[in-house]
Amino acid sequence: MLTSVSAIRHVPSLPMTNDPTAVEMVGVNKWYGTFHVLKNIDLTIQRGEKLVICGPSGSGKSTMIRCINRLEEHQQGRIVVDGIELTGDLKKINEIRRDVGMVFQHFNLFPHLTVLENLTLAPIWVRKMRRKEAEQVAMHYLDRVKIPDQAHKCPGQLSGGQQQRVAIARSLCMSPKIMLFDEPTSALDPEMVKEVLDTMVSLAEEGMTMLCVSHEMGFARQVADRVVFMDQGEIVEINTPAEFFSSPHHERSKLFLAQILH
Amino acid sequence: MAMSLPMSSEATPGHFRFIGLRRLAKLLFGTPLNAALTLLFGALLVVTVPPMLRWLVIDAVLFDPDPNACRAATGACWSFIYAKSGQLLFGIYPFDERWRPAIVCLLILALLGWSVRPASWTSRLLALWVAAFALIFWLMGGGFGLAEVPTSSWGGLPVTLILTVVAIGIAFPVGILLALARRSTLPAVRVGAVVLIESVRGLPLLSILFVASIMMPLFLPEALLPDKFVRALVALTIFAAAYLAEVIRGGLQAIPNGQYEAAAALGLPFWHTQRLVILPQAIRVVIPALANTIIVMIKNTSLVLVIGLFDLISSGKAALADPEWPSPAAETFLFIGAIFFALSFSFARFADFLERRGPAAH
Repeated sequence: MLTSVSAIRHVPSLPMTNDPTAVEMVGVNKWYGTFHVLKNIDLTIQRGEKLVICGPSGSGKSTMIRCINRLEEHQQGRIVVDGIELTGDLKKINEIRRDVGMVFQHFNLFPHLTVLENLTLAPIWVRKMRRKEAEQVAMHYLDRVKIPDQAHKCPGQLSGGQQQRVAIARSLCMSPKIMLFDEPTSALDPEMVKEVLDTMVSLAEEGMTMLCVSHEMGFARQVADRVVFMDQGEIVEINTPAEFFSSPHHERSKLFLAQILH
Repeated sequence: MAMSLPMSSEATPGHFRFIGLRRLAKLLFGTPLNAALTLLFGALLVVTVPPMLRWLVIDAVLFDPDPNACRAATGACWSFIYAKSGQLLFGIYPFDERWRPAIVCLLILALLGWSVRPASWTSRLLALWVAAFALIFWLMGGGFGLAEVPTSSWGGLPVTLILTVVAIGIAFPVGILLALARRSTLPAVRVGAVVLIESVRGLPLLSILFVASIMMPLFLPEALLPDKFVRALVALTIFAAAYLAEVIRGGLQAIPNGQYEAAAALGLPFWHTQRLVILPQAIRVVIPALANTIIVMIKNTSLVLVIGLFDLISSGKAALADPEWPSPAAETFLFIGAIFFALSFSFARFADFLERRGPAAH
């Protein structure tokens, strides 16, 4: 099944420039109408770092990571991704989006295309890769997420866990430097959570820069360098996973943990 | 997907036939209401079918080329259709040049037949159509070695086919652009699309055709005025585009936001997103409504007769005016109706095929 992958093996996102910063957010504010959804967000993510972002629903965590690839527009402050500042400049936005992969809660696969076509679409049309080469890369990543045999099926024929792994592979085909995960396991049946988390763990072990909005504490403990806890649009606490889950500093963190741990 | 019924081993074909008859009897006479309906419609059939058959076939003149045979007969005069087929199909096109529209019709039908195969959906197909239409307009209009025939002498089936194919062929991409424009975030683009769509939808096609044929000459100098055929073509195209745009917009609204987000997150620019991700899904959703609009447009082309273009129906009326023959209007319009039915029904089947193919809906 697997073609000669040595030539196309994923290159871990080692620092390519002298700048060790992957994402920098300074004083970021955002409003939906009068609702203040992000309040003075300051966050710097180093290359290779893994962040897990948690917090109650409506705390702005999804909005925050969606600002990083400009699916949401911030109104105040500065966001610099891979050395490029996010402004209204469409060219720069697309440049950033090419290098920032995103995995959604509801997979958002393209239902009219086969799994393989889902994976090759952006490499062919955005990276201008030849179809044959794009298909080789796609098969490589399908193999990595352990579903090479589903390449010619349509997304609708796959289980939720398989669809989410396809979505991860689709992002990886663009060789992203940063991966954003927006509650990647929240829409899955419980028995499928593990297969998706395993894929994410192996990705983390390879040195990918990752920002995950997730409440999966096992995953956070295993891979996160830092846990970011958000509430009501603010970053309340940034801590190591060990300390955050055992002795959180902030009252609101304690309350949240008590709620999700029962 | 048909599921085969499990067949028990002792069931014989005769057994099944018996069950079939019993079931049929139960269906027809099972309840008092069903029995009454069966008797009523049975009586209607007995009353209507025999005279219809007598008129259509038994008492009809089939091939006798003598007009007097038709005068004597009480049934249909099919020999008129046969004798007048050239005029019915090609209208007032010069008699000696009728081979040209005949080739044009065959060419269009062959190309349509070729184009419905998914295997031929490549960029070359578009080039093929453009080249074919250059050939078609040369064959119809003449010049470069062929006798010139002005559009006012064109008629019949080629006019219907050219109007239908060109109007819908251009209206479809224009409709897509209008639908996208109407959803644009740029106010000028959006307002422009809304004004165009709403004003075209607000006017009857007849009045748009009248504007194109009668009013445009009043305020455009002769030199700038396009040919009447071209004006009618433009009017039909704009009309079809406005309707198609609204149908396609309906499809666009059915696409969840996540599809746009996924495409954006992959770095796909706007037009790529539309062409590769959104439109294939949006159009698939509205195939039944699109087919509906297009079938209406196929038949709408016959309205060009009001501005003096000779489509199939006008050709039929012209043929009926021949004093040598009795005027078998019913037969003529049945024949023309059959042609429109063949075109519309074929398209309906094609739309049905499009709906079935592709990834399984979920």
